[in-house]
Amino acid sequence: MTRLGWLRLGVVAALIGLLEALCRMGAIGRLTMIPPSDMAVALVKLLQDPKMLRHIGETLRNVAVALVLALAFGFVAGVVIRALPRLRRALEPLLATWYAVPFFMFYPLLIVIFGLGDLPVIMVGFLFAVVAMIVATLNGLDRVPRVLGKVARVHRLNGAARALLIDLPCAAPYLLTGAKLALAYSFIGVIASEFIMSGSGLGHEIAFAYNNFDNRTMYGLMLLVIVLVTAANMALHVYEQRQLRKRSRG
Amino acid sequence: MRRVGDVLLLLAGLGAVWLALNALAGSDAIAGPGETFRHMQTMAARPDFARHLAETGTAFLQALAYACLGGLAIGLWLGFHRLSGEVAEPILVALYSLPKVTLYPVVLLIFGLGMPAKVAFGAIHGVIPVAIFAMNAVRNIDPTLLRTARALRLDLRQTVATVLVPAALPEIVSGLRIGFSLTLLGVLIGEMFASKRGLGFLVINAVGLNDTRTIMAVAVMLFTFAAIANALLLALDRRLHRRGETA
Repeated sequence: MTRLGWLRLGVVAALIGLLEALCRMGAIGRLTMIPPSDMAVALVKLLQDPKMLRHIGETLRNVAVALVLALAFGFVAGVVIRALPRLRRALEPLLATWYAVPFFMFYPLLIVIFGLGDLPVIMVGFLFAVVAMIVATLNGLDRVPRVLGKVARVHRLNGAARALLIDLPCAAPYLLTGAKLALAYSFIGVIASEFIMSGSGLGHEIAFAYNNFDNRTMYGLMLLVIVLVTAANMALHVYEQRQLRKRSRG
Repeated sequence: MRRVGDVLLLLAGLGAVWLALNALAGSDAIAGPGETFRHMQTMAARPDFARHLAETGTAFLQALAYACLGGLAIGLWLGFHRLSGEVAEPILVALYSLPKVTLYPVVLLIFGLGMPAKVAFGAIHGVIPVAIFAMNAVRNIDPTLLRTARALRLDLRQTVATVLVPAALPEIVSGLRIGFSLTLLGVLIGEMFASKRGLGFLVINAVGLNDTRTIMAVAVMLFTFAAIANALLLALDRRLHRRGETA
């Protein structure tokens, strides 16, 4: 690990240590927050509970389905929208305001269309994530240098070869950023709709624990969500760095 | 003129989707445009509606102020101090991608039920994008500009006013635009989950009662407000970016 990496780790560790100390000394009341070490203990205990594992698995599966749908549909929609400038200009205000409206309020509508069960939750995650991917695709394709288009014409590339050899590699970093955002948003959409509306899943379990003053379960699960999201993000970050390094070498 | 056509096209498209969903799922699932606008009028005439609106508006403005000031302070510091910026950036990005709804119980436990919790929750949503954009704005300032400022012997105040702010402003405005949307989202989610007043409460109450007319009416109001505010910020954003290119 680099010096920066160690420094970063030190900062995070110091913050957690501070929180731990504040909780242990009583500056933060037990009812407000339990010490981070207790959260970890609670989490380990929760992970041995088969019922909880089912909830966790359900949430992860929903997130994964929403994410895959959002990536595929968002990319295709981005390509189509870019090909139609008129449509793009008309859609721009919609894409820009998308994230200001809480989608959970359409949950009743989604239930009528998709029935009870996992589908409405997945749809909220998908609707939340897909726009980030569309915007990233548009951005990426916009940034393909014009000279490369000329190169393609000089080499008489056909549409498919041009897309594969020029557009896609050029847009890749932006697409990856879009994927990172889509991951975050599908987590947010799925967990938030479970939190507010659903009767199962990780989000529901956190809300249930909160309503029952079960601080150990609540903080244990929160820690799990934080660890999961951060781990997924870090994995993408490492992959991105490696790609960047490859690119700068090539 | 072309822009008016674009807006009309978008409205027509949205209206068509709305009508189609209404026809597909029925009025029990989604109220049609006609009944929604009629209901909007009766809602606006009710005295308690103004109270709900004022509550959400106050919470949103406060949260936005905290998000902007806090985000700018954090972002500028991290932008100018390179080491802290490099240490903090991945941490900020990780925080940005956390589903913050899960943290709402903590916010409630710290701030209690009511206005402060909503404001805090909105500000938490908005502060990070503002900070990330401000940090990148400062970092991406062309070093030759700073060297020119030194060559011209500008003092600190002059450097900030004539070089730093104009160079970083376009990016900062982009960040504020995203912060604006997310702060609104945060405040509304806060109201949906634990509140007895505000538009978010109206919506979640309507969801419980399956009052689809109210849901759609509030959705239309929110979208209109967010779209207008966003269009204004976007116009400002574009003008600033263009000025940067021609200068």
